[in-house]
Formats: sequence, C-alpha cells, structure tokens
Amino acid sequence: MKALVIAEIDKHSLKQATFSCLAAAQKLATTVDLMVFAPVDHALHTYDFRGWSNVILVENITCETHLTAEAMTETILSQASTYDSILFPATMFGKNIAPRVAAQLNVGQISDVIDIESSDSFTRPIYAGNALAKVTSSDTVKIITIRTTAFSPIAESGPSSKKLTCPFLMEKWQKRVWVEKREGTQNLRPELSTAKVVVAGGRALGSAENFQLVEKLADIFEGAIGASRAAVDAGYAPNDYQVGQTGKVVAPELYIAIGISGAIQHIAGMKDSRIIVAINNDPDAPICQIADYTFIGDLFKVVPELIHELTTRKRYG
Amino acid sequence: MKILVPVKKVIDHTVKIRVKTDATGVETQGVKMSINPFDEIAIEEAVRLKERSIAHEVIIVTIGLETHQDILRQALALGADRAILVTAESATMLEEFDSLDIAQILKLIALKETPDLVIMGKQAIDDDCNQTGQMLAALLGWPQATFASQVTIESGIADVAREIDGGIERMAFQMPGVITTDLRLNQPRYASLPNLMKAKQKPIGTMKMSELNYTPRQRIVTQTVFNPPKRQSGQTLSSVSELTQRLFETLSPSS
Repeated sequence: MKALVIAEIDKHSLKQATFSCLAAAQKLATTVDLMVFAPVDHALHTYDFRGWSNVILVENITCETHLTAEAMTETILSQASTYDSILFPATMFGKNIAPRVAAQLNVGQISDVIDIESSDSFTRPIYAGNALAKVTSSDTVKIITIRTTAFSPIAESGPSSKKLTCPFLMEKWQKRVWVEKREGTQNLRPELSTAKVVVAGGRALGSAENFQLVEKLADIFEGAIGASRAAVDAGYAPNDYQVGQTGKVVAPELYIAIGISGAIQHIAGMKDSRIIVAINNDPDAPICQIADYTFIGDLFKVVPELIHELTTRKRYG
Repeated sequence: MKILVPVKKVIDHTVKIRVKTDATGVETQGVKMSINPFDEIAIEEAVRLKERSIAHEVIIVTIGLETHQDILRQALALGADRAILVTAESATMLEEFDSLDIAQILKLIALKETPDLVIMGKQAIDDDCNQTGQMLAALLGWPQATFASQVTIESGIADVAREIDGGIERMAFQMPGVITTDLRLNQPRYASLPNLMKAKQKPIGTMKMSELNYTPRQRIVTQTVFNPPKRQSGQTLSSVSELTQRLFETLSPSS
C-alpha cells in the first residue's frame, strides 16, 4: 500500500501537522511520499524533513500567490494514480483542497479522522465532537483529512532523504483564479494548534484592551492565545485565534479558559486538552463541567493576582 | 446575475444531541430542526447582493424529504425568490448520501439553472464534513473560494477574503464559481412576519431524485455512532495560590 501526504508549510518550516499526517499515513501504507508545495531551493535550504525518505518537491512555484486550491489539485491529480490513499491535515489548508481532489477522482472523502482501524475503517467526530462515528469507505482511493492533534508526529527518521520533483500545473487556472495577498496575523508566539499551553479568552473580557490580560498570562507560559467565537466576533481577537468546531482544534498540555462559558462549539475545539483550567464567575457555566480545575471569581481580580503569583514563583521558586 | 444557494436541514445548533441506543445515529425524532447556520449566512449574502442590484435572482435548493419544505419557506421569507426541493425516496436513503452524492445532485441542478454564483455554507453542523462546496466546484470545473469572510462582486470577478490558518487571504476568481461561507461573512437577519406571509406565495419546485437520473454511490458508510469518552469532573479551587500550585504541577516534567 502506498500513501501520499500533502505537507502543510509556512515560510520557515514544515509544520507539525505535516509530521502528524505522516504518522497517520504510516498506519495505512508501507510507502509514504510527502508532497511539498514550496519553491524547490527554498524548501531544500530551509525545511527540516526529519530525514523522511520520499519527498516530492513541486517545481516552478515562482510566487506563492499561484498556490490556489485549483492549481494544487491539478498537480496532486497528476501524481495520484499510484497511491491507495492521499492524506491532508484537517486544517484550513487541507480542508480547502482535499474535497476537490476527491471529487475529481470520483471518490468520497473522510474528514477529520481521529483513529484509523484498518485501511478502510476510520473514526471521526460528528456534531462538534458530541458523538463519534465509525465509517467505512469502499472507494479504491481514500482521500482523508487528519485531525492532527490525534496523531503524535513522527520523530527523526534518518540522516538523509531522497528528493523527487514534479511540475506545478497552474496554466489551466491562472487566468480564472488567483491569490492577491495573504495578510498574516503578527504572531511571535508558538502556533496555536501545536502549542503546549493555550490561554484563551472569551466575551467576558469585554474589550480588546482587556484581552491583553490573556496575552500577559500566555507570556508567562510562552503559550499560544486562543479565543471563543464571541470574543472574535466582538473584535477582541483576530479570526485565526478562534478555537472550536469551525475554528482550530487544539489539545495542549494545559488549556486555560478565561471568561469563556463553553458553548458546545467551543468545547469541540479544546476538550482533548490534557488539563483544562476554567476561570469564570458562573459556577454553572458548561466549561466548569469539563474543567480539571475551576476557579470561580471575577477574572479582572483573579487573573492579575495569578499573573503576579506566577511571576513571583517563577522568579524565586 | 443568478445565485444558487444550497441549504441543509440539520438539528438546531442549540439542541444537545443524543446518540441513539442502537448506535445507528443521532436521535432526530421530536428534535428541533433548522437551516444549517452556515447556510443562513449564505442566504443572507445572496439576498444582500440582490438588494444591491448585483444579483437579480436568488434560488434556494435542498435535497431532502417533503417535510423539508419548511426550511425552504424560511429561506424564501429571508428574501430568496424561489426554491427547489429534490426529494429522496426515503429518510434512510437521504441519510446514506455522502457529500459527493450531494455534490453530484447539486451539479445537475446547477447545470439546469446555470447560476453565475453558488454560495453555500462551508460545513453542515451535523456531519461537520466541510466538503460539498469544494466538490461541487470541482465537478463543475469551476473555481472556488472557501471560508469567505468578505465578498465583493465587480465586472464578473468575485473578490473574496478568506479565513485561513495564519490570518486572511485575499483572492479573486472569474465567475461562475462557488463560495463557501465562514461565520464572519455577515449577521443573518430574522424573517419578519409579513415576509413569512409573503413567502407562502413564492414558488417551490419539487422533483424526485429519480427524475434526475443519478444513482447515489453511498460509498462512505457510517457503521456505528457512539458517545465520546467523558472527562472526569474536576475540582473547584478556592484560592489563587492553590491555582498557581496546580498550574506549576501541571507543567512540571515529573507530573
């Protein structure tokens, strides 16, 4: 059995999600190739492939604005014929492309896989994770997106790796669809979906200024910042901070929810965290039902005190 | 410009779902059903384009049962012009469709109606698949703009801001194409009573699945549905120093 993984990248690295996908693919196939949509020279000089042995670099990507779902789909399809499965991370990146590839191959897609029982049987969350479904696929090629928090990333596998190339097929689409620009959120923190600590704020913060309390607490842990939908809708935090059913799914060692009541859509995105701490003024808030530690109180009093104690202990303790 | 908006009837987002005791699915008997929230955003966006005279017709389509007329009436009350109901032979058959089946059926409707734009929800909150829009675009050979948070239409070009992992992507495509909606695209309106009355006069065309000459594949099959493992309920702390202590324990390597 042979699998293809589509790498999730940023300018500096192959993202953790890529290595989780490789781990998932190993449950399905003995040979796993990794396809990387980045300029070849940049990829070779910048990325750590962890010694992965079969890497396909896509040639002639001159500008990242050519990287549309349409052109990437054509490119993946040009290589698809030898694979029994193609895996994508279930991130905005993977969710955008995978169904297109599936439809053009006339096969179904299995989304957000959290467990692989066999080559045709998978477990995935439905209803915001309030139920799990075991599904089977009778398609000859399996198109799968992987819930990356459910699979431990692969470790270093060897010193060197073999690099193949394939052409980037953008001609058919470049006049019909194009990216103008990508506006990144300025963020020097660890990536939200893979951070060890996530501090998240909700509507109760009340304003973008007050949201800085969340940032200060996150600073202490060198953690990432998350937000509930309500906080994002209110403009306290940017859209890519949103944790939940339709935002990012996280499973850190520690998740601190500040002023988040815990709508099922939010809980869907963080309930697999190892330790959940809720700071809330309402003991009946749903988040308190799932938290390991709950502190009932006024967040504007509790959080500054907590920041003070943590800083003191960190310094002297 | 003509806009087609596919919608799905799902368990209302405020309902706490219950897994059926025979593990075949989720209880829907006697449960409040609504238009998928992302589809409401799609309807709203289409109606706003019509109100700005950019679109001249907004058509709603759903694949369901006779009883799905209610969500079409609801969509018409929100400002759509007419609706199409494609009926499956049975509830069981409807449940067995996978996203590609739905996309194939929508493709046949799109070929009949020749819209310039399809706007639809990025995912349904029941199966959470997030597939149908992209699949429909692929089957039609159209470009796509998923997870839209802003849409501008000018001279045959759709300019779309998309919510992506690291921020916002601004992209554009030449119509026809498919747009899928994210949460922040707009705030859907409520249907007013007069509009609900008016919607009763608007046409709903019904056709049977069999008239479309499409045989469902049903190749992705749900075997069992079960409850996720429950988290143990935790403890309530009473002092900030206790909380500090717990946080240190959580993060120290020995724990």
